[in-house]
Amino acid sequence: MATEILTRPATSTARPSASRRTGSRMTPGRAAVLAVAALLAVLWLVPFAWATVTAFKSETDAAAPKISWIPPSGFTADAFVKVFQDGNIPLWTWNSLYTSAAITAITLVISALVAYALSRIDFRGKKVLMVVIIASIIIPPPVLIIPLFYQMVALHMIDTSWAIILPQVIHPAMVFVLKKFFDQIPRELEEAAVMDGASRMRIFLQVVLPLSRPILAAVAIFVFIGAWNNFLWPFIATNDGSILTLPVGLQTIKSAYGIQYAQNMASALLAALPLILVFLFFQRQIIKGVATTGLAGT
Amino acid sequence: MSSVATSHDREGQRGSLPGLSRHRISNQAGSKPAKSRSQGSRDNINGWAFAAPFLAFFLVFLVWPLLYGLYMSLTGKSLTGANDSLIGFANYAEALADSDMWRSLGNTLYFTVISTVPLVVVALVMAALVNVGLPAQWLWRLSYFAPYLLASTVVSLFFTWMYNPQLGLINNALVSVGLPKVAWLNDPGVAMWAIVIATLWWTVGFNFLLYLAAMQNIPAQHYEAASLDGAGAWRQFFSITLPQLAPTTVMIVLLQILASLKIFDQVYQMTAGGPGGATRPVVQYIFETGFTGYRLGYSAAISYIFFGLIVAVSVIQFFITRRRSA
Repeated sequence: MATEILTRPATSTARPSASRRTGSRMTPGRAAVLAVAALLAVLWLVPFAWATVTAFKSETDAAAPKISWIPPSGFTADAFVKVFQDGNIPLWTWNSLYTSAAITAITLVISALVAYALSRIDFRGKKVLMVVIIASIIIPPPVLIIPLFYQMVALHMIDTSWAIILPQVIHPAMVFVLKKFFDQIPRELEEAAVMDGASRMRIFLQVVLPLSRPILAAVAIFVFIGAWNNFLWPFIATNDGSILTLPVGLQTIKSAYGIQYAQNMASALLAALPLILVFLFFQRQIIKGVATTGLAGT
Repeated sequence: MSSVATSHDREGQRGSLPGLSRHRISNQAGSKPAKSRSQGSRDNINGWAFAAPFLAFFLVFLVWPLLYGLYMSLTGKSLTGANDSLIGFANYAEALADSDMWRSLGNTLYFTVISTVPLVVVALVMAALVNVGLPAQWLWRLSYFAPYLLASTVVSLFFTWMYNPQLGLINNALVSVGLPKVAWLNDPGVAMWAIVIATLWWTVGFNFLLYLAAMQNIPAQHYEAASLDGAGAWRQFFSITLPQLAPTTVMIVLLQILASLKIFDQVYQMTAGGPGGATRPVVQYIFETGFTGYRLGYSAAISYIFFGLIVAVSVIQFFITRRRSA
C-alpha cells in the first residue's frame, strides 16, 4: 500500500488545480492512499464525534459503565439546556469575541503603520528599530507573566478587559510579514500620489492599504485565532466571572460540573462551535492565512 | 519565478507585477542622493510617527515587563508585599539548587523531545497523502486542521473524557480487543505520553498546512523529469519531495521545538502537573511559585532561567538556518 503513496506527483503536485484534473481514475495505489487518509481522518474526527454523542446523552447514560454510541434512553438536548441555564457560556463567548476583535484591530493598525515606516520611509534609527523588533520575536510570553501581572495591578487594570487586550497586541513577527508584503508593492503607484502632494498618511491609507487586503486578512486570522484561544495570560489577569473569556471560563466550570459528563461535553462543544463555524465558511482564506503567516514564528 | 519560491514568498508576491522588485531597487538607489535636507527631516518625523503607536505598546507591555522582571528576580518580592529589597543573585542560586525546578525543566525538555518527532512526521504523512490529489480536498483539510481551532480547554475536556479509566472511549476500545486498561493520566510513566497524544491531535494540523503549502510549490518539471527517467512514486518522494521540503522541515522543526518548550495549558488542565509532579512543566512551576507560593521574585528568576533556555535554542536555530541559506 505504502509504495503507492505518491502515485501521481508528476501531475498533481505543481498546482492546486492540477489535483482536480487527475482525480478521477481509481488505481489500487490511489485506493490505498485514500484508505490511509480516511483512517487518519476518522481518528481525527473521533474526539469530536464522541464529545457530541456524549453531550446529547442523559447524564445517566453518559456515566453508564457500558459505553454506547446510541444511548439506551435516546438522545436528549438536556445537557445543553442545563448549560445555557446555569452557565455563563453566552456571556463568555461575547467576552472572547470582543476582546479578540479588539486585539486583532489594534494589532492590525499599529503593525501596519510601523511596517509601512520600515518598508518605505528612510528615517534615522530605522535599522536599530528593525533589529530591536526582530530580536523581540524570541521573547516567550510565559516569561512576562509575573512582571506583567504586577504591572497590571499597579495600573489598576487587573480583572478588567484591558488587562486581557493590551498585552496581546504586540506581534513583532506579524510586523515583518506585513513589511515583506509592502516591500513588493511597486513604488510607482505611490509616486503619482506624491506628485499630487499627498501626505504619507494619505498614500498609506489610499494606495498601500487597499493593495494589501490579502495579507491584512491573513494577519487578522492568525492574530484572532491566537487571541480567541489564549489561556495562560487571561487566566492570570482575570478572576471575575463576568469578564472571563471562553477558554478560562470553561476551566472554572470543569470542576463545578465534575462528573456531569454530558454537561462537560456540551459546554466544550458550545465553546468550540464559533470558530469551527467560521472555518466552515472561510476555509480557503483561513488555510491561506495560516500558511502565509505560519512560518514567520511567534 | 513564483513557482520556485517558498509558500511564504509566493504569498508575499500576490498582487504584484513580475519583475517589479528589480525595479524597486533601482528606483530606490536613484532617488536617494537627490533627497533634500527638508525631505530628510520630514522622513525622520514621519518614520517615527508611523512607528509611534506600535512602539508605545512595545515599550509599555513588552520591554518594561521584561526589564522589570529582571529587576524583580534580584529582589525578595512577594505577593504579600514583604521584602522588596535587592538580594542580588540569591534567587538564582536557590533556583539552581532547587530539585523541583530541575524536575519541571526536565519534564518540559522530555515533552519537547517526544512531541516534536510525531508532530513533524505525522504532519508530513498527512500532507503527502492529501497532496496526491484525493477527491474532496476540503474534507481532509477540515478533518486534520479543525482541532487547531480549538481552545486548549476544549481539547483538555475532550481528552480527559476519552482517557477516563472506567468510562472512557479509549480504555473501552482497548478492552474490546483484549488489551488491558491503561491509567492514562494517573500513571506517572504514561501521563506524559497521554499529553503528547492529545497535543498531536490538537496542533498537528498547523504543521500539516505548512507542509501542504510547501509541497504545492515544488515545480512539476522535477517530477516530470524523474518520471521520464523511470523513477517510481517512492523514489520520487525520497529523491525529489523530501529534499525540496528540507528548508520547510528545518523551519517546522525549529518552530515546533520553541512551541513545545512553552507547554503549559494542556498539562495544567488535564493532570495539573501530576501524578506527583510527573508532568509539571517549567511554565507551571513559574506560575505556581508566583501565584500559589506568592514568591514573585523567585518566580521571576526561574522565568529568566527558562528565557535563557529559549534564547539558547533560538541562537542555535539562527546559526542552522543561516548556514543553510548561505
